[in-house]
Amino acid sequence: MNSSDQGSVRPGQPEAIKAVPVRHPGRWAGALVVAVLAAMLIHALVTNHQFQWDVVRKYLFDSSILHGLGVTLELTALSMLIGVFGGTILAIMRLSPNPVLSGTAWFYIWVFRGTPILVQLLFWNFLGALWPKLSIGVPFGPAFGSESTNKLIPLFVAALLGLGLNEAAYMAEIVRGGIQSVSVGQTEAAHALGMSQSSTMRRIILPQAMRVIIPPTGNETISMLKTTSLVSAISLEELLRAGENIYSRTFQTIPLLVVVSIWYLLMTSILTVVQYYIERHYARGANRILPPTPLQRLRGLFSGRSPRTTTPDVVPGLEGGGHL
Amino acid sequence: MSEPTTTAAAMVRAEGVRKSFGLVEVLKGIDLEVRTGEVFVLVGPSGSGKSTFLRCINHLEKVSGGRLSVDGELVGYRQKGERLYELRDHEVARKRRDIGMVFQHFNLFPHMTALENITEAPVQVRKEGKADARERARALLERVGLSDKAASYPSQLSGGQQQRVAIARALAMKPKLMLFDEPTSALDPELVGEVLDVMRGLAEEGMTMIVVTHEMGFAREVGDALVFMDAGVVVESGHPREVLANPQHERTKAFLSKVL
Ligand SMILES: Nc1ncnc2c1ncn2[C@@H]1O[C@H](COP(=O)(O)OP(=O)(O)O)[C@@H](O)[C@H]1O
Ligand SMILES: [Mg+2]
Repeated sequence: MNSSDQGSVRPGQPEAIKAVPVRHPGRWAGALVVAVLAAMLIHALVTNHQFQWDVVRKYLFDSSILHGLGVTLELTALSMLIGVFGGTILAIMRLSPNPVLSGTAWFYIWVFRGTPILVQLLFWNFLGALWPKLSIGVPFGPAFGSESTNKLIPLFVAALLGLGLNEAAYMAEIVRGGIQSVSVGQTEAAHALGMSQSSTMRRIILPQAMRVIIPPTGNETISMLKTTSLVSAISLEELLRAGENIYSRTFQTIPLLVVVSIWYLLMTSILTVVQYYIERHYARGANRILPPTPLQRLRGLFSGRSPRTTTPDVVPGLEGGGHL
Repeated sequence: MSEPTTTAAAMVRAEGVRKSFGLVEVLKGIDLEVRTGEVFVLVGPSGSGKSTFLRCINHLEKVSGGRLSVDGELVGYRQKGERLYELRDHEVARKRRDIGMVFQHFNLFPHMTALENITEAPVQVRKEGKADARERARALLERVGLSDKAASYPSQLSGGQQQRVAIARALAMKPKLMLFDEPTSALDPELVGEVLDVMRGLAEEGMTMIVVTHEMGFAREVGDALVFMDAGVVVESGHPREVLANPQHERTKAFLSKVL
């Protein structure tokens, strides 16, 4: 194609604009500085014998570390579950016109957000000292049976209650923000169709609120994964405690902290990817065309096409979350 | 007012209907009657209480005084002897099924396709089978001229198309009364016609409709009765052609001179 072609209109395919792109010398200089610093850091990490990389390798897949990792994941999943369900109920209570319900929710949130999580964990752990026996029966009346508190609330459950109930207070505010972000017209339209309060909430409001709720919930989950390390304070053997138990025997403190960190980093990275796809799923209907996934973008890169225009395979409504 | 039979044929009957928000009285005693099969047009300046009155009819707002009934039954209350009993939420919901409402801003559910918007209430509320509901929804989409848009999300539709889906959604509940609150006010002028056409078709099929609108051409052509409201009272009423051609009150004249 020679220059005389430029500007001539070809049917169907408009001529792409040819122009010299803007040069960014500053970016190159900046990248160079960062690259040198990164090389220095890696060099320092690899050559510093304090890190004892062979010890790291030895304990990375140690069975007690893996067991601790399992406990950490279990705690994260279950306490987020409690947090999300509890938070949703609290948010709905908080928005209720019934002052007893909204007042109770307000009080709950006030207490659980207003005290440190570590203190709450210790409280649950020492519940046995406060009320040695818990009983079930008529309120203020006779009891049908009672059981020792420490037996009813073992360490794991204490940790779960501490983390989950605290999380519920934070999730309540997130869910409330999400519910309030949906316009009142949606509630009116649903009511006008004869839908009940509860199905309006479940079918119309919450699915739309999800778009606002999901991103901070993802952050909460990632943060929870790390917060679980606090339960090492009540000597439940999760990931950090598993590492501590080993280095208190072997005194190889730094390498075991590195092992633990590697696992935390890996888990938070996986959660970040999961979060991305969930957010994309709930963007349905909000964007005309969903943005390409990183993998679609990569494929586009290698096939030489612009990924932004190659996503007709994303038909909204055909499960946005399933495009890997 | 001559024949007592109108009582039986009244779809909506309002007697001294009042509504206050706090200390502000928005409806100050509305008397009117909408007969079955009639297209009843409600006009008036902004803020005169038209939307509030419509919303009272399906109990989105609670009436503060007077009596309002739909198809012979009180809105929001059950009468036993001399006493009135407030209806429970599920009883209110049950009555709303039979009253379709179309909003100025469409209020489609943005996370659902056009088809899902239409099947939602029949499946959730009337417990219709999914396949049946979907089949009827397709028929309704065809009726409003959008059979090719079943899988589109509201954000992918024009305003006129969204409003037609909203009408189809209301019709899916097989209502005996349709309320339209300025259905074309949010539309670009060239899209108004397609929505009015659908409404005209409905009127021809004998649907009872209360229409709040500034489209005087539609009112004149399709309307059977017209009420002019201002500041929460009915100022003037009659056949649309008569009222529009020959308004009796100053306020009506002033208003019509602005919208005609
Ligand atoms: N929920 C509400 N709370 C307080 N005032 C309201 C509410 N809804 C409507 N109003 C007031 O009632 C009056 C009538 O409103 P509306 O029925 O929407 O009028 P129209 O539809 O005729 O424009 C307006 O002054 C409006 O501000
Ligand atoms: Mg209005």
